[in-house]
Amino acid sequence: MEMPTPDPRVLALKARVVARLQGVLPQDAVIHNEHETRAYECDALTAYRCPPMVAVLPSSTREVADVLRICHEEGVPVVPRGSGTSLAGGALPTADCVILGVARMNDVIETDYDNRLIRVQTGRTNLSVTGAVEQDGFFYAPDPSSQLACAIAGNIAMNSGGAHCLKYGVTTNNLMGVTMVMMDGEIVEIGGGHLDAGGLDLLGLICGSEGQLGVVTEATLRILPKPEGARPVLMGFDDNEVAGACVSDIIKAGVLPVAIEFMDRPCIEATEAFAKAGYPMCEALLIVEVEGSDAEIDHQLSLIMEIARRHNPVELRESKSAEESGKIWLGRKSAFGAMGQINDYMCLDGTIPVSSLPMVLRRIGEMSEQFGLKVGNVFHAGDGNMHPLILFDANKPGDLELCEEFGAEILKLCVEVGGCLTGEHGVGIEKRDLMHVQYAPDDLEAQMAVKDVFDPGWLLNPAKVFPLDASQARRDIAMAAE
Amino acid sequence: MNVVTEQELAAFVADAKGPLAVMGGGTRGMAASGEALSVAGLNGITLYEPGALTMVAQAGTPVAQIEAALARENQRLAFEPMDHRGLIGGEGVPTIGGIFAANVSGPRRISVGAARDFLLGVRFVDGRGAIVKNGGRVMKNVTGYDLVKLMAGSFGTLGVLSEVSFKVLPCPETQASLVLHGLDDAAAVAVLSRAMGSPFEVSGAVHDPAAGQTVLRVEGFEASVAYRVAQLQALLGGGAAEMSVLDAAASDQLWGGLRDVVAFHGGEGDVWRVSCKPSDGPALAAKAGAQAHLFDWAGGLIWLRMAAGTDLRGRLGRIDGHATLVRADDATKARLGVFQPEAPGVAKLTSGLRARFDPKGLFNAGLMDAAA
Repeated sequence: MEMPTPDPRVLALKARVVARLQGVLPQDAVIHNEHETRAYECDALTAYRCPPMVAVLPSSTREVADVLRICHEEGVPVVPRGSGTSLAGGALPTADCVILGVARMNDVIETDYDNRLIRVQTGRTNLSVTGAVEQDGFFYAPDPSSQLACAIAGNIAMNSGGAHCLKYGVTTNNLMGVTMVMMDGEIVEIGGGHLDAGGLDLLGLICGSEGQLGVVTEATLRILPKPEGARPVLMGFDDNEVAGACVSDIIKAGVLPVAIEFMDRPCIEATEAFAKAGYPMCEALLIVEVEGSDAEIDHQLSLIMEIARRHNPVELRESKSAEESGKIWLGRKSAFGAMGQINDYMCLDGTIPVSSLPMVLRRIGEMSEQFGLKVGNVFHAGDGNMHPLILFDANKPGDLELCEEFGAEILKLCVEVGGCLTGEHGVGIEKRDLMHVQYAPDDLEAQMAVKDVFDPGWLLNPAKVFPLDASQARRDIAMAAE
Repeated sequence: MNVVTEQELAAFVADAKGPLAVMGGGTRGMAASGEALSVAGLNGITLYEPGALTMVAQAGTPVAQIEAALARENQRLAFEPMDHRGLIGGEGVPTIGGIFAANVSGPRRISVGAARDFLLGVRFVDGRGAIVKNGGRVMKNVTGYDLVKLMAGSFGTLGVLSEVSFKVLPCPETQASLVLHGLDDAAAVAVLSRAMGSPFEVSGAVHDPAAGQTVLRVEGFEASVAYRVAQLQALLGGGAAEMSVLDAAASDQLWGGLRDVVAFHGGEGDVWRVSCKPSDGPALAAKAGAQAHLFDWAGGLIWLRMAAGTDLRGRLGRIDGHATLVRADDATKARLGVFQPEAPGVAKLTSGLRARFDPKGLFNAGLMDAAA
């Protein structure tokens, strides 16, 4: 992965930048010795590492503004960091950057049940947002797999999704307002307790901009009343195509499940060996979950099972208790861990039109043979968001590169059938150089124009999202201006 | 100019020298002055996959055509876009591009989201005449910046939409409404809030002071609807309010009228639309001193009919939200501004975006600007 050469001018400024940052932050919030900055050298895309020049841990919007103002004045790049759980390298440092971690900013500022919202500092973890309101019967809907650890800041940066977004939407559909600090230290308020923008929808633009437009320090999030209950049904099929058709039929029937999860045979086998959830050995497995009162759940599940029966399932198991529900979800929730037991893996995130599911799965199988690398598929079938897990051996020379090449081919296929490179993980550095596959130069130009407006010096989260060659001219101009 | 292909649109914009009034069907009274540029000629459904809940259509496709195609598959535009013609006395044919350009959402916005939440992808022509695409036709897409949201609700000021792709949803089996009678604004919004905070999935929550009705809509399978209506009655009962239930046909008819704000059709006065924090609604309505008002979105959306020329924003002062002038004569619109003025930090960003997306200042120039 090519990264820009660290700017010697910036590296030479280190002592001065550290001193200025220490002037506005407590001593322990400025990390600059080389042993300690190493803790920030990567996120969850661990194949790429680079310790930052400095890391800072501000505790308030004011402190974030001070840090950004200083970095702006000194021309130092800033990489914002939530909890560092990005699978796309969204928080990968450059050697000449200041990492701005929001981990110390995790307060709940306001809980407002009348208006169904919560206002938090963005270092707060996703799950602890729900934790703050669940005793009163509410929850925060987006539920990325990393929700125990991942921060709202990162969720907003990547517009994170989760298993239940089929019904509840992703982060952008649940974000009502932000306090954001611009690269020059100016603090702006966008949105709030009301719905929709009064002018241009800047909130929608900021969400998913991967920390490149500003640093969001506080967020107003929509909270929802918890449903009365939820229950899954497990179904097994001896053919991927049939499972795909079943998904489509369920959606068309007017039942709106909260989740439709899909696992293929390699994934089922790995999961069974690891978690022993009692899954049937078959080609494709679906977990479909519905919500409501007991009677509503019974009714919806009966409709879903009637549809499933038309597709000759090899297994059809309706949960009858909380314990059985737990067991049905157990395998799905341990799928990544199970695959990790077998080998190192790379998790892709392309999204495809649901109708292309069988064809894409078949092609991935063929490519797996071609590349000689195993793949397991586990994903959110209701919205076509795939998660092929490619197994490789990090200790075997050339295997990572082969895996990346294979991954790129899968993502190109996703785009070819009308889908996209990433459904919920973000571009980061991982998919940066594939952006040309999905977007023409004019498409990228329009996105980069937004970056020009928000961060004219191109200092925020450098070398992410846009192919380096596409952004070269802008970065050269910005650097010359320093 | 009435273009019929995207290429023609791009060429026209590239050559344009003066201001353009960008519109779909021009039914929402939101085009600025200038040479008319309508996309109504870009017409047709490009792709419809009911099993994937997605549709792609040319921006000028009539909404009626879209809704008819969806109805054949028992699906719909779940965000319930209103038809502005009755309210503003407009004519013409509403287009799907216009709906998304104006981010038009109806009562169901509180439960399923706004038009912007359903928009999956766009193609548009920017102010230089370049054809730009963003997003796509899949439900989840975080590939690059989300210009889809930026274009939704930009009223043609950043680019001219040529094609939109969007999510659709199945029609529910049935619906019913629970009506509470005789509540004042504060009590009504409190009731709406309690209902929205319950797990009974309310899909519409309005209070009409003139009719003395506070109405909650529930949709879904028949047994589920009956169950939830009963639960809501139990939850909200015990108060002084008298309650009644509307069956599917009556409920459907009532919400059609609420969607289009039929109560304010014709008649005198300016019409304003205030988006606010729901619990602020009653106090804001009191401050406004309107001729008539109506709460939607559980109190978070207030429709107000004001004496012509009244500066509502001046009366309300600083609010968590925004006030849009939907119906007024041109002089009033020019004097007060159609859109809520933005805070300086935000205004700097929006004017920066306009300068980049529309460097010649062609598209609906000044429409979204604060009054001079």
